[in-house]
Amino acid sequence: MVGPLRLKTPLSADDVRGLKAGDVVSISGMIVTGRDRVHKYLVENMPQPGELPVDLAGTIIYHCGPVMREKDGVFTAVAAGPTTSIRMEMYEPRFIRGFGIRGIMGKGGMGGHTLQALRENGCVYFNAVGGAAVYLADRIERVIGVWKLEEFGPAEALWILEVKDFPAVVTMDAHGNNIHREIEQRSLGRFRELLGK
Amino acid sequence: MLKLRDGIVELYRKVATSLPPDVEEALRNSLALEKEDSPANSSLSVILENVRVARDTARPICQDTGVPVFFVKVPMGLSQLELKETILEATRSATVKVPLRPNAVDSVTELNSGDNTGTGFPVIYFEETRGNTLTIDLMLKGGGSENAGQLYKLPSEELDAGRDMEGVRRCVLDAVQKAQGRACPPYVIGVGVGAAKDQVTRLSKEQLIRKLGDVNKFESLAALESRLTAEINELGIGPQGLGGRNTVMAVKIGANHRHPASYFVDVSVSCWATRRGRLIW
Repeated sequence: MVGPLRLKTPLSADDVRGLKAGDVVSISGMIVTGRDRVHKYLVENMPQPGELPVDLAGTIIYHCGPVMREKDGVFTAVAAGPTTSIRMEMYEPRFIRGFGIRGIMGKGGMGGHTLQALRENGCVYFNAVGGAAVYLADRIERVIGVWKLEEFGPAEALWILEVKDFPAVVTMDAHGNNIHREIEQRSLGRFRELLGK
Repeated sequence: MLKLRDGIVELYRKVATSLPPDVEEALRNSLALEKEDSPANSSLSVILENVRVARDTARPICQDTGVPVFFVKVPMGLSQLELKETILEATRSATVKVPLRPNAVDSVTELNSGDNTGTGFPVIYFEETRGNTLTIDLMLKGGGSENAGQLYKLPSEELDAGRDMEGVRRCVLDAVQKAQGRACPPYVIGVGVGAAKDQVTRLSKEQLIRKLGDVNKFESLAALESRLTAEINELGIGPQGLGGRNTVMAVKIGANHRHPASYFVDVSVSCWATRRGRLIW
């Protein structure tokens, strides 16, 4: 068995254009979480790089609302699996263009607008194992910081994380390939047969 | 009610951190059917490892500890109001102690209550029973899988589905085809059929409390459950939606009487982390 491709953030456009749908990867370095409210806020307000606690260029935005534990001001991830990505579809193309991120990570894949933005901007979609919250939390070495914790709450805040050997599969690449769509097309064929249509 | 409150906190802990044995066994059986080196196989391996580590370290299996849904069978004479208050207290306590992710968001102000309680949150269904046993079933229903649920009104021209069990079959296949891998398969599917919209949604969710191996007491429903399990797995959506032979672990159907003019079918989707547990008091 071939081991996973090792990726280290920040990633360049060339790094991600070298990836293809189906690649099993292992991610290390800094990533940030962001789900419904982070997407809505950042896309609507488009803050300048200096207004954010961290430079998003080259990093991965992880669709995740973690359970965190705080002790003496230090946060530890208790459970941190991916959330359903498609809810972010209406914001994601503007997010990719606006902030120079190179990876989106979540579960279930995304739509056509995101796929196009991946190709135009040099970015990929990683599918993380949905529900494997403890296993994935244990791949978070350190919680570097958090933004909008008070306003958005722990599940919706932007967490800055350092991960090591975080497993994922490239399911949408920067060349227009989308495994989720392929599987949907295949199942649609069988679905029609089962309905006799 | 103090001891009962502590019992419910422990129920929360058990349900959030350890998968029921029948669900874990079904996942192991699924793994055995997936090709080595496939995304399906590696996802299920990570899932089973996750289940083990969560149990050993008493941490939530999934970060989305969901909407707590209670089905409570109350003996005659016991106050439902007091029980509800006890459940709310236990919920606040469990949110800190387990911990659970605070998931109750005010739909108007968008503020998170921080303790998993709020208007209509948790969801609590009471049913009075004879005898003197209090039975509390708790399910932690994740948001991603809840969003994959569908409500149908038959007949449906789009699905060519009439008002009969064949129509029900078509609804269930459609719901899974629409959900694809977005709600963390392999799934458990609950189906409710009946007269009123509010009733069938509850009924479909109640099916998810059933053990995966139990056999429907109505022969025709049992047959439809088995048939749908096999047919859904033919769709090839697979674990995590990355392709494979296991899209569903079980289908469970409940049917009520209906109005001559109405035929509602509700499909509830539960993720692989079907977290449920029972407290008998």
